Amino acid sequence: MISLFLLVLAMALVTYVPRLVPLLWLRDLKLPPLLKRFLLFTPYAVLASLIFPGILYSTSSLSSALAGGVFATMLALLRVNLMLVVLGGILGVYVVETFI
Amino acid sequence: MATPIQQATPLSNQDAFRSGMRAGIPVAVGYIPIAIAFGLLAKSFDMPNVITLAMSLFIFAGASQFIGIQLIMAGSMYWEIVLTTFILNLRHFLMSASLSQRIETTSNRFLAAIAFGVTDETFSVASTRNEATRGHFVLGLNLIAFFAWNVGTWIGVFLAFGLPQSVQASMGIALYAMFIGLLVPSLTRKPVIVVAALAVVTQVVLYWGVASFIPLSSGLSIIIATIVAAGVGALLYEQEGAT
Repeated sequence: MISLFLLVLAMALVTYVPRLVPLLWLRDLKLPPLLKRFLLFTPYAVLASLIFPGILYSTSSLSSALAGGVFATMLALLRVNLMLVVLGGILGVYVVETFI
Repeated sequence: MATPIQQATPLSNQDAFRSGMRAGIPVAVGYIPIAIAFGLLAKSFDMPNVITLAMSLFIFAGASQFIGIQLIMAGSMYWEIVLTTFILNLRHFLMSASLSQRIETTSNRFLAAIAFGVTDETFSVASTRNEATRGHFVLGLNLIAFFAWNVGTWIGVFLAFGLPQSVQASMGIALYAMFIGLLVPSLTRKPVIVVAALAVVTQVVLYWGVASFIPLSSGLSIIIATIVAAGVGALLYEQEGAT
């Protein structure tokens, strides 16, 4: 039990350090323009690599995952509120899982 | 996001915090079912409740917690579990680095609090909002996500009555739908479209090509795809962010 708890603390430490170090020590550095552009592009690169291929395995079948993804994309293209995109995605999956 | 619009009237710290909390609602809603699933999984493996709750409280990283539970129950060595967690979460280094260039807050203690809440989801919301230059905004966003994650874990551990299978299965899409909702509206400029496309192509190559020869964790492929896509983008588009 104690060793399990120490394991959790060790996991917490190695999770926290990569989150902390750049925020504390990178902000005061004058970064070269190339690195600065790299960091500006990071959010889009992260988002795209999080979505694909992870989304394909996020539900119990490929077809329902695709339905949810397509539904969410259509709503996102219409610029509706983020919450509606999420609910739309869930609904898309639910409909396919229940009726197909 | 690349060209942040300066706000005409700066928000008060309290308003920035509240606005962050509101921006975090979709994250919170997406987290609850996943955290419930985490609590249920831990429970089904007979993990002591204290350990499960401590994981959500101290680690606050979904993928590592799920894999952590599985590795513990598979009897993996502790150093292997810690190393896997580290590799899986190195991607947050890139996110914190990106945030560090935008946040105007300078208090170290404040930044240390914000750092704890950097996740794929909170970062995604923060990086598509202009208010995220405000430390209080990011803190509000991270806090509501952290709160939801822990509430969900408690529900999973103590009220494990189980949602209907069909509803549970449909919830898995929630966070991905949120990522889509964040990415798609920013795909209005060519550099951004190219970077996002490059990331997907890299993932395809890694997942269906490289991974059949060398085992790659999903965390590691996300890091590689991010570095390739953002790196090529930075080399190609020299005008980006030049203000």
